[in-house]
Amino acid sequence: MNFPVLSAITFIPLLGSLIVFFLPKDKKNWIRWTSTILSLVPLGLSLYIYAIVRENPGEMQFQEVYSWIPSANIYYRMGVDGLSAIMLVLTALLSTLCYYYSIYTIEKRVKEYYFLFLLLQVGMSGVFVSLDFIFFYVFWEIGLVPMYLLIGVWGGKNRIYASIKFFLYTLTGSVAMLLAIIAVYLTTGTFNILEAAAAQPFAENFAMAAAAFWAFFIAFAIKVPVFPFHTWLPDAHTEAPTTGSVILAGVLLKLGAYGLIRIVLPLFPKPFAFYSYNVPIIPILAVISIVYGALVCMAQWDLKRLIAYSSVSHMGYVTLGISAAVAGSALNGGEDAVSSAILALNGASLQLFTHGIITGGLFFLVGMIYDRAHTRMLKDYGGLGNKVPYYYGIMMVTGFASLGLPGLAGFWSEFFVFRGTFGVLPVFAMIGVVGIVFTAAYILWKIIQHIFLGEFDQDKWDEATHHAELTDMATFEKVTMWPLVILMVLVGLYPTVVVGLLNGVSTVLLSN
Amino acid sequence: MQTLLFLLPQLILFLAAVLVFGIDLVGSNKKKWLPYLALGGALASLAAALYLAMGAALPTEPFLGGMLAIDSFALFFQFFAALVAGVVIISSLGYIRDCTPYLAEFYSLLLLASISITLVAAATDLIMIYVAFELLSITSYILTGYLRDDPKSSEAAVKYFLYGAMASAAMLYGMSLLYGTTGSTNLSSVAGALAGAEASLQWVIFPAIVLLLVGFGFKIAAVPFHQWSPDAYEGAPTPVTAFLSVGPKAAGFAVLMRVLLVALPGFHTDWMALLSALSMMTMTLGNLVAISQKNIKRMLAYSSIAQAGYMLIGVASWDLWQSGSVFDGISGVMFYLLVYLFANLGAFSAVIAFERATGSNKIEDYAGLMQRSPVLASTMIVFLFSLVGIPGTGGFIGKFFIFGAAIRAEFYALVIVAIVTTVISAFYYLNVARYMFFESYSNEETHIKPSLALKIALVVNCVLVLVLGLYAQPFFQLVEKSLEFLHTL
Repeated sequence: MNFPVLSAITFIPLLGSLIVFFLPKDKKNWIRWTSTILSLVPLGLSLYIYAIVRENPGEMQFQEVYSWIPSANIYYRMGVDGLSAIMLVLTALLSTLCYYYSIYTIEKRVKEYYFLFLLLQVGMSGVFVSLDFIFFYVFWEIGLVPMYLLIGVWGGKNRIYASIKFFLYTLTGSVAMLLAIIAVYLTTGTFNILEAAAAQPFAENFAMAAAAFWAFFIAFAIKVPVFPFHTWLPDAHTEAPTTGSVILAGVLLKLGAYGLIRIVLPLFPKPFAFYSYNVPIIPILAVISIVYGALVCMAQWDLKRLIAYSSVSHMGYVTLGISAAVAGSALNGGEDAVSSAILALNGASLQLFTHGIITGGLFFLVGMIYDRAHTRMLKDYGGLGNKVPYYYGIMMVTGFASLGLPGLAGFWSEFFVFRGTFGVLPVFAMIGVVGIVFTAAYILWKIIQHIFLGEFDQDKWDEATHHAELTDMATFEKVTMWPLVILMVLVGLYPTVVVGLLNGVSTVLLSN
Repeated sequence: MQTLLFLLPQLILFLAAVLVFGIDLVGSNKKKWLPYLALGGALASLAAALYLAMGAALPTEPFLGGMLAIDSFALFFQFFAALVAGVVIISSLGYIRDCTPYLAEFYSLLLLASISITLVAAATDLIMIYVAFELLSITSYILTGYLRDDPKSSEAAVKYFLYGAMASAAMLYGMSLLYGTTGSTNLSSVAGALAGAEASLQWVIFPAIVLLLVGFGFKIAAVPFHQWSPDAYEGAPTPVTAFLSVGPKAAGFAVLMRVLLVALPGFHTDWMALLSALSMMTMTLGNLVAISQKNIKRMLAYSSIAQAGYMLIGVASWDLWQSGSVFDGISGVMFYLLVYLFANLGAFSAVIAFERATGSNKIEDYAGLMQRSPVLASTMIVFLFSLVGIPGTGGFIGKFFIFGAAIRAEFYALVIVAIVTTVISAFYYLNVARYMFFESYSNEETHIKPSLALKIALVVNCVLVLVLGLYAQPFFQLVEKSLEFLHTL
């Protein structure tokens, strides 16, 4: 039997959490370093998987199947294709960076913190490798609990409200999904995601298919989040501790989009295409997310809340890309439509990765400045460019990547999404593109200008921050940011490292 | 002789009860070890039930004049009752010693109540059901009012008794209607007499079912027969509350399933409709009222009402032809009961530990519990998550099977109510979690150290809740085996 790589990636963090559980509470450094070093193992293994899956990204590989609850036909079933591999790398990378960053920033209840964070990583990785509905669902929900506690214990002022709101929103979506999963099982007789997709549940019965489709869609849309299900996000992101926001934006939002691509798209192509093209509810919601999210950013003075809303806007591109892909593949518009569809889906899945590293980076940067100034209000800042040049530089790169400057990672995903969408849903593409203009506006005007440009006014700074000391980035902060910056440039210059894998998956998904 | 062997679990419990009671009478000094004798009795009974389940050939026919059936279904509940008794005894050790000098009677009554649960589950005759039910009720009343100097405890017992007497009377009336129609009190004879005459007898059987459900609904605390439970739960000594929330409820479900499935399968459309209505009311009211509770015992009382509502879904969506598959409804109920046993007794063990250390049952006093006692807070949160039904805990698998049955039966209204109330329930369960983990505590007396017995109870329950959630297969097989009696219908 081969070495179960996927189980190792998923469950080594669990092992880590057990080790942390048995370490004494006051050995803080032991706990911190054990978790951080141990997390290099899943990172290394996921890079290994990336290297292997590259060869043949459209196929499910490294499959592991064990029976789990045979009476209920439930299996422990794992596998990866190109999309999962990319998401695994993203999850492992951001988790490791978070453990490392927390060594220097988390002093309160360290043991619980690392225990929960490791558990969270189990949930996230598990979702990306599960090929059985119940298995998927278990991981999906397991991630919810630690995140709830992370926000609630280590969060900001309004953390209690934000944590319960996050939990209830997600739970609502989840239970709806559970019902749909059971309904799919009762028609297809299997919990295997791939088999269920091949069986096309409710193919004859559009009403039932649409009901199941909406149940899944809403569950995932809450997580993405798609307007109007996004209201939990600004609270959760703003109140969560820095690393919590990084993981929320970097990985947890991707779980929703991943679910749309992995489950909803192959299982319910007909209703999905119907509501993307004939009755275009989904592209409408996506475009609203893009434009509305960006407009809120323009009016937002709280830096962290601004980044949170920028996620709503950026994840709107993902939803738009997916719905364009579904509509394009169902159109019978010949090769043009299909290639547009594939392009749109490539863009959407690439956006998952690029948004993960860019917004993850932005939240780290917000956390760093907040740790110094203890304020997130943009009006309290000004003229920091000369004072913290290193920080300024990193923020410029990350900000430009976020607004889609060619040469950096964010450009390609947005370009693919809109190029693909123009071929299928041109009206929505045209409205959506407006979002890019707003994005440039809020990044340049709100973030860069308000924080860094102008004269530094010492009196204003002292008053706003109670004489906080303003130092440039510390070594650990540089170490945290560099891997992300390198990836932004690398994917910006040579997107094939990621798109190569995603294209294989998109082709397989849309050719059926 | 053979008969006695089949009754071994009950006989052991009975012997232990008599011994605990008798030894206490002889001699004058207080016998601190009597609780351990009771615990030994519960464990021995558990072992006997296990022995019967593993090896012995069970009787195929009801015996003692058709009064009792020792089938795998009855064994499941013998097992269940002995477990409940064991866990409750462990968690009550210090608590009862501190609040009353009368130890022996308490444990002896607890064992008698456990016997009555096994008898209720094994009874196949209406008379036997009634007698066993009354034994359970009377022991429960006394246990509820056990702290006779505490007015709340006495009030709780009186309320419980008054409601219980009414419910028993209604149930007995229902039984008399069944007897009057069929001329028999034996469940299978009743079924035989009713077979083929469903349409012509509906006018009398329907009210009989309603009346029976009053009695059963009282025991499982289903709305609208639940009014006794919040007061009884709050006033009773906390270990008794733990017992009441699990033991009699399981007995109620056992008899509900046996009577409806064995005696009245022909009227399933009637009782399914009634149970669906009961279930919806129970889930809605239990969960909604639980939100505003400030006292954790009352909160858990409403929670246990709500949990009964979820289990009722399973019975309501029973399908004979699906019997043996995971979504047949009844299997889900049995599995759910098992999970509920550990999760609820675990939660109450935590409440007992907290009450003993601080003297308080207010939810707001749980603030900062994670720092004050990590064991208590971290096991409690697992129990709470199981009650919500979060994957990884047994509560999820239970809800999964039950919701699945309802979807298979196409009871969509029931399903919608169930998921909406599940989300609502997360709110009040997590409210406790919020105090334990998020709020800081102010008072000086910081650390809480639960006794060793309570720690054992907490950790064992917690591990079992997780095992049920992560490795459900063996438990599911146990449930499947316990339902073999359905195949002979």
